[in-house]
Amino acid sequence: MTHAPHRALVHGERTGPPGAPSGRAARGRRPLVLALLVAAFAMALATLLPAGIANAEGEAVRGTLQTSKSGPIEGVEVTVTDSSGDEVGSVETDDEGRFRVELPDGPGEYTVSIDADALPDGVELGDAGAERTVTVQPNAQQNVLFGLEDGSTNSGGGGIRAVQLLVDGLRFGLIIAVCAVGLSLIFGTTGLTNFAHGELVTIGAIVAWYINVQGGVPLIAATLIAMVVGAGVGALHELALWRPLRKRGTGLVAALVVSIGLSLLLRYAIQIVYGGFSNPYGEYQSQQAVNYGVFTMTNRALASIVIAVVVLVLVALMLQRTKIGKAMRAVADNRDLAASSGIDVNRVILVVWMMGGALAALGGVLLGLSDQVQWDMGFRLLLLMFAGVTLGGLGTAYGALVGSVIIGVFVQMSTLVIPDDTKYVGGLLLLIVILVIRPQGILGSRARIG
Amino acid sequence: MSDVLDALAIGVKSGLGFQAIFFALLAIGINVHFGYTGLLNFGQIAFAMLGGFGIAISVSQWGLPFWVGVIVGIVAAVVLALLLGLPTLRLRADYLAIVTIATAEGLRLLFRSVSATPVTNGTRGLSAFNGSFIALAPWDTQRRYDLLGTSWSGGELWVALVGWTLVALSCLLVWLLMRSPWGRVLKAIREDEDAVRALGKNVYSYKMQALVLGAVFGALGGMVYAVGTGSAIPDQYQNANTFLAYAALILGGAARVLGPVVGSIILLFILQFADTLLRAFISNGVIPEALLSSTDVAQIRFVLVGIGLMLLLVFRPQGIFGDRREVMLDAR
Repeated sequence: MTHAPHRALVHGERTGPPGAPSGRAARGRRPLVLALLVAAFAMALATLLPAGIANAEGEAVRGTLQTSKSGPIEGVEVTVTDSSGDEVGSVETDDEGRFRVELPDGPGEYTVSIDADALPDGVELGDAGAERTVTVQPNAQQNVLFGLEDGSTNSGGGGIRAVQLLVDGLRFGLIIAVCAVGLSLIFGTTGLTNFAHGELVTIGAIVAWYINVQGGVPLIAATLIAMVVGAGVGALHELALWRPLRKRGTGLVAALVVSIGLSLLLRYAIQIVYGGFSNPYGEYQSQQAVNYGVFTMTNRALASIVIAVVVLVLVALMLQRTKIGKAMRAVADNRDLAASSGIDVNRVILVVWMMGGALAALGGVLLGLSDQVQWDMGFRLLLLMFAGVTLGGLGTAYGALVGSVIIGVFVQMSTLVIPDDTKYVGGLLLLIVILVIRPQGILGSRARIG
Repeated sequence: MSDVLDALAIGVKSGLGFQAIFFALLAIGINVHFGYTGLLNFGQIAFAMLGGFGIAISVSQWGLPFWVGVIVGIVAAVVLALLLGLPTLRLRADYLAIVTIATAEGLRLLFRSVSATPVTNGTRGLSAFNGSFIALAPWDTQRRYDLLGTSWSGGELWVALVGWTLVALSCLLVWLLMRSPWGRVLKAIREDEDAVRALGKNVYSYKMQALVLGAVFGALGGMVYAVGTGSAIPDQYQNANTFLAYAALILGGAARVLGPVVGSIILLFILQFADTLLRAFISNGVIPEALLSSTDVAQIRFVLVGIGLMLLLVFRPQGIFGDRREVMLDAR
């Protein structure tokens, strides 16, 4: 979900089983395998490219050479040798940094090496060197990943890296906060632990992607439309499902399991419609990081931070100053008392759902902007949202905000001491530790924990 | 028509195979947690993963005997249950839900991470650890046997036989426990925790015991799965499996001894039957390719489970066998 913008990566896919229909795949559909492969941490590599090379029968190795500073790297020779050391093929990367070598000898173990001298200035090989040994399965398009470094990640020493991670973490935390405000307010006003909230995030990101990439609408306009759609989806959840369930007197635990069912349904329906691949938005993708002295940041990351802060301040102002905002806080605080003082509780809850849906959609677009759009991006964010909301205090709007930012920063900063691909484990551990020390969260009240 | 019969046979095989045993054992554990005690454990798959990897790591990596691996898996699950229960059992139900789901996801990410590769072999997982178990089979495991219209390998049959024996013993244990005074306390905790506390029972301790017991069932399920597939890969232990097990439990009927078992058999049968039939219809053109491709079928089953779970909870929360009064589904 967060990204490590200075890693190069190689992007590829495996084809389905032999004879599987590839019609969808040719249009950019990827099989589930890829989705599972990238599911957890390939997201951390922010510069995935869309599938450019069509699927073909037979085995091949493939990949892309690029870093965020240098962009795609052209003209580097990539050589493939088989297990006995004989050269199978050799190509130069194209203008988008991609390479692909067919393997006429079929599946087996191959060694892929790149010509380190041909790399541009400032780009260096990572710790693992210039060679990769891969095992190619039958009919697989084996992707090969060279961890290229462009000098900006580890060069500045511990202090500067910490600042960089702090800034990345702030950005990530603010995105979590934008997504999680709705989750927390929905919990506060209805008591529902909504496991389907992650899908609101995904839907927002994907609607914006379709409008932006397929419809050709500028991303900013697409985001606004996606927010309206998100608000509509939120309202639909409330009107079609949760309000009738509340009328039936469905218990909170039953509602929780229903939300899990809804989450499964939506998530896999999204995967059927959208596919298991990850795609970038049509704009703002080729930005290079701007150097701010102690840290670097792309303009889109800066814009994400600014947008998130402005939106969160607006939400806070709304909760503090406007009538509906006060009503929301009143309902969250004590629903019966709010109802008896003349507040239309159902209307307030509907507004909360619409607001939560719109904010989740916005958060989804911001997340997709840094990490690309994927069918399960929201679900993977959900646990961190819960962590943030629990840390801040379940049911409080400001708590969600504070908690999410802390979680985001913690997750990023933890990579100073733990490996990059285990950073979420740190975030989830933090959640458990919080529950031991202060179960009601930072801003929560003791009465809520039961 | 032969498509339907084939799908039926494959569905029956799946409903009786090791995957159904896996879900049945997961669901028996969840039944102890959720059905009898009212604990919302959404991380059951974590216990299964520890069970499966307990065997896999012990045998493949450390070279220990198979049965030591079984003990390692069970001990690991018990330790995790204690660690999870310690902070959360005093809190409200949804906290346990969030913590358990977070733990399951965190553990899976940890097991598949690069830093864990020396132990778990990362995303590729471990294999070749079930040989000594399969060798115990009293029949030839290399041959294939025809049963109920489908062909089973000798190894599959052996795993299924041992697995169903395990399920039967687990059910017997749950039945005996739940009609004992201990089981009555658990059910009382589900109904009214404060009343139980007022009677001088240590609610925390009873909840912890229930959590550990259910975790052991989960670990056994994971072992059956690992032995059945012959490999242990972190990504096999996705959180969606926990939800499938919940669906099986609620379908069969929570707080009933045989509810999770019947639920798992029916669920696996329906999933595999629908899967095979859809694929057959797509491949011979009954369903046009444009509407649904065969790669989508794997996702359709989760969509169906999601719809099924929602409909069950809304319209028939007691499932097939359950008692509506007992399945209040709003326990702590």
